[in-house]
Amino acid sequence: MSYEVNGKTVDHDEEGYITEIGSWSEEIAKIIAQAEGVAMTDEHWEVIRFLREYYNEYQIAPAVRVLTKAVAKKLGPEKGNNKYLYELFPYGPGKQACKIAGLPKPTGCV
Amino acid sequence: MSQGDEPSFETGVVKKFLYLNRKAPYGTVYALEVLEMVLISAAFEQDVHLAFVDDGVYQIRKGQDTKSVEMKSFLPTYRALEGYDIEKLYVEKESMEERGLTSGDFVVPVEVIDRAAMGSLIDSMDVVLGG
Repeated sequence: MSYEVNGKTVDHDEEGYITEIGSWSEEIAKIIAQAEGVAMTDEHWEVIRFLREYYNEYQIAPAVRVLTKAVAKKLGPEKGNNKYLYELFPYGPGKQACKIAGLPKPTGCV
Repeated sequence: MSQGDEPSFETGVVKKFLYLNRKAPYGTVYALEVLEMVLISAAFEQDVHLAFVDDGVYQIRKGQDTKSVEMKSFLPTYRALEGYDIEKLYVEKESMEERGLTSGDFVVPVEVIDRAAMGSLIDSMDVVLGG
């Protein structure tokens, strides 16, 4: 299974998570977001960038509780809360935002 | 909530969990598997402790280069534990010293305790999981 972007194929698993984190690009993010029914705005990109930074630093995708707390610390409490994050990513800021960010499914996410 | 001693999520029964790490980080899957188990268990809001004994002390040693074993280093992930509210980390003094390490050699803040204190710690836990 794979996404097509600019004539290149990028493999993903049965749930749509790309299998090689290094093959991610903003173009792929847009394709995944479209498949998820998410219209990307600056606010979405801010969370995606945050997740990519978190992964670079810790080598894992954060659990949603941890993500919420970390966003609050970095971007302020008006963004680090469930309401804000679920409005951006209705199927869960953990699962859905990580998928768009090209991260693996969060550890412990069932 | 009905009466009775049955533990449930509603009553918020919190148990003391200890994950006992005894093996070097690479060569076997124990270290990584325990770390993933710890991250998953954090969702259940239990009282989580991690102990590093024997070669397990190498798991959190600074400056690991995994290129030659062709594996991704999961060393940075130990630093994420704080964000998961897992901050009770213990290193056995004897294991550390036998390997020429000091408390400054670790990527995360740890409490160094001697073998006898480690025994008491293990004894005080409700659940001990080894790896």
